[in-house]
Amino acid sequence: MLLPFAISADPLDLAGVLALAQHRHALQARRDDVEGPGAVVLFVGAVRGRHQGQEVRALTYEAYEPLAVGSFERISGEAAARVPGVVLCIHHRIGTLEVGEPSIVIAAVAAHRAEAYAASRFAIERVKQISPVWKREHLVDGLSWVEGATVDPDDPAPLEEAWRRACP
Amino acid sequence: MSVTVRLFARLREIAGTDELSRPVGAPATVADVWQGMTGEWPALTPYAGSLSCAVNAQYARMTTAVQDGDEVAFLPPVSGG
Repeated sequence: MLLPFAISADPLDLAGVLALAQHRHALQARRDDVEGPGAVVLFVGAVRGRHQGQEVRALTYEAYEPLAVGSFERISGEAAARVPGVVLCIHHRIGTLEVGEPSIVIAAVAAHRAEAYAASRFAIERVKQISPVWKREHLVDGLSWVEGATVDPDDPAPLEEAWRRACP
Repeated sequence: MSVTVRLFARLREIAGTDELSRPVGAPATVADVWQGMTGEWPALTPYAGSLSCAVNAQYARMTTAVQDGDEVAFLPPVSGG
């Protein structure tokens, strides 16, 4: 059975994550007597074959699983504080992925499309800021770690930046 | 007392292991554990400026106190997505 937030060594179940988010929104809306799911945005991040001018043959992801799952829960709460009623499900893949394979799936469900799009974009920006997941590129001449953001979930500046990008 | 240290990505490669038990004097903070690590693996030192940490799978700070048996994770800059 799928959980709303997960790290997975297996290929991501895009349709399953979408259906789960939609189901959770429907349940929540019925409980709160508000509008049900009217907009579903599915964001899928996939392995890109070229990065900064270099051919990428594959990516290997690793995660600190319990904290990564906790970060997804946290991001879901941050999104719901800005987009009331939105429901997010986030799954990230680990292991070695070929070019084109999905590495992350985020299902954002809301009553209306503007809310679902904003929550989706906010969530992927936050994952890149605070989720303990790392990738390593398999390049023609060897392996190379990708190092992005320094994690500080309590820093308001990146949080505001993620929300600004979500609502241009 | 001792803590379990978890290392990821390049930090794991530098130390050659993803998990190890480390002795630390009480009372201690995450910073004390990190200092012990850099003493043994000086190549970790440049990461001090970009490092994040967690205690028992919760986000923490270098000033967070650690107890005997805690799991202390050191997180280099992340690159998920």
